[in-house]
Amino acid sequence: MTTSIIVPPALVMIAAGLLLPFVRGAARPAALLLPPLVTLWLIWILPEGAQLQLPFLGYELTVAKVDKLSRLFALVFAIMSFAGALFALHQSRTLELSAAFVYAGSAIGAVMAGDLITLFVFWELMAVGSTIVVFCGGKGAQHAAFRYAVLHLLGGVLLMAGIAGEIQAAGSVAFGKMDTSTPARWLILAGFLINAGAPPLSAWLPDAYPQSSWSGMVFLSAFTTKTAVYVLIRGFPGTEVLIWVGLFMVFYGIVYAILENDMRRILAYSIVNQVGFMVVGVGIGTEMALNGASAHAFTHIIYKALLLASAGSVLLMTGKSKCTDLGGLFRTMPLTCICGIVGALAISSFPLTSGFISKSMIAEGAAGQHLMWVWLALAAASAGVFLHAGIKFPWFVFFQKDSGLRPAEPPGNMQAAMLLLAALCIGLGILPGPLYALLPYDVAYVPYTVPHVLFQLQLLLFSGLAFFLLLPLLKRTLTITLDVDWFWRRAGRELLRGLDDASGRAWDAFTRALHGAVRALTQGLYATLGPAGALGRPWPTGRMAFWTMLMLGAYLIAAYL
Amino acid sequence: MTEPEPTRPPGSDHWLVRPSTIRLLWRGGSLLLAGLVALDLVVKHTPHFGIDGTFGFGAWFGFAACVAMVLFAKLVGAILKRPDTYYDH
Repeated sequence: MTTSIIVPPALVMIAAGLLLPFVRGAARPAALLLPPLVTLWLIWILPEGAQLQLPFLGYELTVAKVDKLSRLFALVFAIMSFAGALFALHQSRTLELSAAFVYAGSAIGAVMAGDLITLFVFWELMAVGSTIVVFCGGKGAQHAAFRYAVLHLLGGVLLMAGIAGEIQAAGSVAFGKMDTSTPARWLILAGFLINAGAPPLSAWLPDAYPQSSWSGMVFLSAFTTKTAVYVLIRGFPGTEVLIWVGLFMVFYGIVYAILENDMRRILAYSIVNQVGFMVVGVGIGTEMALNGASAHAFTHIIYKALLLASAGSVLLMTGKSKCTDLGGLFRTMPLTCICGIVGALAISSFPLTSGFISKSMIAEGAAGQHLMWVWLALAAASAGVFLHAGIKFPWFVFFQKDSGLRPAEPPGNMQAAMLLLAALCIGLGILPGPLYALLPYDVAYVPYTVPHVLFQLQLLLFSGLAFFLLLPLLKRTLTITLDVDWFWRRAGRELLRGLDDASGRAWDAFTRALHGAVRALTQGLYATLGPAGALGRPWPTGRMAFWTMLMLGAYLIAAYL
Repeated sequence: MTEPEPTRPPGSDHWLVRPSTIRLLWRGGSLLLAGLVALDLVVKHTPHFGIDGTFGFGAWFGFAACVAMVLFAKLVGAILKRPDTYYDH
């Protein structure tokens, strides 16, 4: 018998978010910390197969449904919500926290949605919540939030069109594995990929996220892209084009992060890079690769939150985000530095950290399918991750040079959040068993073999050697690197300005020509009919008599003829 | 613009950034890297494709991949880099 879900876990976070503005004083920490814990407990106790169905417009909607895949993502979203709330406990912008909770709840709702309509509703609610989180980032964030909203509305339109087509063709709202045989399914895939940060519109992510507040980006890094990974795993496993899309994302993230100066933009590019690994795993589509993509999404959420909590602490305590302004902070922020290093090692898949036990499953999936070039590209990209995030972030922020800055450690709650996330990164790295037990398929994979650990250490440490030898080439400059968003941030504006100028000039020329023509006409008429014109001036009587006689004479001659 | 580094008497800075420590780190790091490659003499790999069974594969491939990515990034940067106030105007 199917167990019925009485309280959908998503609603706890959404309701808590909506009630948060009304909570004041001593109750506020509890209002921030308890809802994620209750949500986590609700997800944990729900048995596999539990669901909640509601009728809607003639369809039977499955508002919430539990299976191994949805439970895995919902669990890590709830863990992340707790860590994020702990980190942001002193964030004074209640609107940001309220929106972040609605955003987190919607993400949980999206991964537990059992049908396409419910998925779409939570998908759009996520877009609203995350836009407000970006919007609360302060100076410069409003414009970025507007661009973010437009891009996500575009993704939403594509998804809605695809879902409508799919429901019409299939006659069902069910969301399961699809092929790419119809235009509607391509539209659904495109909608999913926009949220994943896939090309050609990856630029929305490094444009918007780093504009959010010191706490906002910790939340933003977790939900949108990973919900996209979830729907790709559920909807499009084994779709080959995703391998190439994922590889593009992997190298795009590395190259742009190498060139970047702002620490949080480095980490934003690295989100695209890491999601790229997961998208490759979905494209390979074997049980090993899908387990790898799922496990990597889980571990990524935790270590990326740790990296952004470390960067957010630096931003809060120094007010600075550019590598050119930072450096030498290890002296006064040792805990933030160590936690940042743990996150950096985990993202680089260093042995004994969470990234090692998850990312290697994707590479193993490629090897299992004899995809040599994909495997080599993933190995190169693993080295590149150490280069652009694993060393670059801690080196330029905490070491590099003495910037003269002597900031204190952040408040205790932020340190506690970082310690919790760091403990999870190391704990999952040492004991992968509990995570492997949660994965959608049975795991027959042993990450810790001597050859594998040796290979990974060689790959990463020689990547480190390359970093220090090439340091003169990696010197930070006060620059950004143009991305596809140039088309709508600069080219579109210039085009409009150009069109405006051209249409203005054309109108001026037209009105000038019209004015000239009217003037010429009036002058011509005046010349003929005016007081001095041939027809207007007074004629002498003699000339009148002469002409009258001439006409009469002509008439007489005509009468005789 | 970066601020000038504060001047301090030699040896008064944090021990981690003293030249002697940095020299020690380079030496220790070099030994570690050499040791990791040397371990390939005794550890038997089970290559998937052949190329990944070559001696010190992780080392040379990781190093070469990073050099290639940095050089490619510099090329991209030469074309697409702009002052970070580019969108402010």
